[in-house]
Amino acid sequence: MQSLSPNILALLPEYILTIVGVLIMLAEPLLPPASSRKPLGWLAILGTVAAALASWCQLHLGTLTAFSGTVQVDTFSVFFHLLISAIVLVTLLISLDYFEGSARHAGEYFALIVFSAVGMMLMTCATELLLVFVGLEISSIATYILCGFRKGSATGAESSIKYFLLGSFATAFFLYGIALAFGATGSTSIAAIAAGLATTTTPRLAFLALAMILIGLGFKVSSAPFHVWTPDVYQGAPSPVVGYMSTAPKAAAFAVLLRITFSAFGPMEHRWAVLMWILAALSMTIGNLGAMLQRDVKRLLAYSSIAHAGYILVAFTALRSEGIAAVCFYTATYAAMQVGAFAVVTQVTGYDEQIRSIDDYTGLALKRPVLAAFLGLFLISLIGIPFTGGFFGKFYVFSSAVHSNHVWLAVVGLFNSGIACFYYLRLLAALYTRPATENTRLDRSSRSLGVPAGIGLTLAAAATLVLGIFPGHFLNLAQRAGAAPAPTSAASTPATVPPAAVTLPMQ
Amino acid sequence: MQLALFIIFGALAVAGALNLLLQRHPINSALSLVVVMMSLAVLYWSLGAEFLAAAQVIVYSGAIMVLFVFVIMLLNAGKEEKTTGSRAAYIAGFPGAAAIFCLLTFVFLSEQKALGVANLGGHLNSGLNNIEELSRVLFTKLLLPFEVTSVLILVAILGAVVLARKEDQ
Repeated sequence: MQSLSPNILALLPEYILTIVGVLIMLAEPLLPPASSRKPLGWLAILGTVAAALASWCQLHLGTLTAFSGTVQVDTFSVFFHLLISAIVLVTLLISLDYFEGSARHAGEYFALIVFSAVGMMLMTCATELLLVFVGLEISSIATYILCGFRKGSATGAESSIKYFLLGSFATAFFLYGIALAFGATGSTSIAAIAAGLATTTTPRLAFLALAMILIGLGFKVSSAPFHVWTPDVYQGAPSPVVGYMSTAPKAAAFAVLLRITFSAFGPMEHRWAVLMWILAALSMTIGNLGAMLQRDVKRLLAYSSIAHAGYILVAFTALRSEGIAAVCFYTATYAAMQVGAFAVVTQVTGYDEQIRSIDDYTGLALKRPVLAAFLGLFLISLIGIPFTGGFFGKFYVFSSAVHSNHVWLAVVGLFNSGIACFYYLRLLAALYTRPATENTRLDRSSRSLGVPAGIGLTLAAAATLVLGIFPGHFLNLAQRAGAAPAPTSAASTPATVPPAAVTLPMQ
Repeated sequence: MQLALFIIFGALAVAGALNLLLQRHPINSALSLVVVMMSLAVLYWSLGAEFLAAAQVIVYSGAIMVLFVFVIMLLNAGKEEKTTGSRAAYIAGFPGAAAIFCLLTFVFLSEQKALGVANLGGHLNSGLNNIEELSRVLFTKLLLPFEVTSVLILVAILGAVVLARKEDQ
């Protein structure tokens, strides 16, 4: 029998978050119906910080395996744990005021966010595809529900249903991929698949398995041609939820994709790199061209998130360790700027979201200069202008593609970055233009910026800037993460970097 | 005997699945799904997976189908209406399904030698016990995924609560 302690140690962040989620569920009915749900939100925030600290401590323990090798905690998984907790933390801070007054059932909202984080964390540390599947479902079902949280609005219901149906369809592909991988290699564990591929007599079946898994995860990260749900779902879902669901589940899905492609199906790299090439080029082009046609700000950001998924996929064509580091870094910078942008959208539009199009945003800087400045910073980072995180993210991604001789893909990417400038700058210019007619919609929404939301925005902005000005420390952690996801549990990554040298700006 | 069973229930499964797609009334589609589920259960059983066959009957044909029928009755869903969207789904859906079918057939046929052939009914006499094997795996190697499913169910319950509540403005 195994001793109990590694099993507890390795999954400590997940345990903490699960307990916090259950506590919120239990406390919700005990509070009087008319009272504020903020204490539950603070409990969720406390739990997220505790989970992040627990993951931080795991960084110093080297590689831990638990539950018969279904879980492997290494630098790679800790990186994504910290990233996910940071996203959850900022989202919770933004949501505290969002639900005040309008929806009294915010307790379930906090519990769902916390539980979905458990699912994502399990995905990132799982080395067993069945556990990945269960984690994926936990996070997906929670996000389906969160999308339709504003029950009054028809677009909310549409968003939830659409996401649920297409998401379930995608999960079916993922599950079929797992079944085929089992058929081809005789196992669903990542290490055993990697070993089995060397001796498999059915390489075509194995490749089909990988293709199915790619389709399933492609839906989750909204890469073209599996992106059709993205604009409608993002438009209907509540803004803080969109900020959350366009970053955290994608980060977890990319972590799984990294483990599956580079670790499990590593020997087949020459084959799947072609698929990744096509997916990346399609996502970048369709995302950016689609965004140019949009007048609705949330739809614009939805298409831009498709394009950013494409940029991240570019790094999958690169050499192993460099590619993984680039994906980790870009995922983190993308999370910082995307969550930040949607935090501003949340503050501007409020709960009922009457302010939608670029015309409604015209003149925001005159009415609410601080929010406009924040949004401006995030847009500049999304463009990829130097001294913001977005610049270094794109830089590492494209240089990693060039190093592995995918020059044309990098050219396509750079060309797309140029197109992207156009629509981001159009929105940015609108913020600082005086509107032709007096814009009364903005007046109606002029709530003052609450303290928790202010902290959340500042954290996202600080992360965007720190990743752009001092990328070195963070890249160091990303590179250590890149070296980590070795398929065998024997490969340990000694903590050679002194802990003080690794700052985590996302925190 | 086994081969005859396979042909009969394989044909039933395919016919049921096609009927499910072509029927215009949801209750007819739901009942065709029962046929598919039951035929699949027989196929599982003839391949030696008797536990899976039983679970298929109890879970899918029993629990899930009853839920389907209840939902259809509660919604009082009538005959499906033809819209441009449903026509587009037909135009895109059938070639898509055919393409996936061809792809899978091609891969399985091209790997035929390596994959070998199934011995219909052969496993039933081999003395290997499905339930014993499954429970051993579930409670040793796959203990964590098995236990984490409880969180999944918890999230689903929470979701049902959220969807059922009333929003007070």
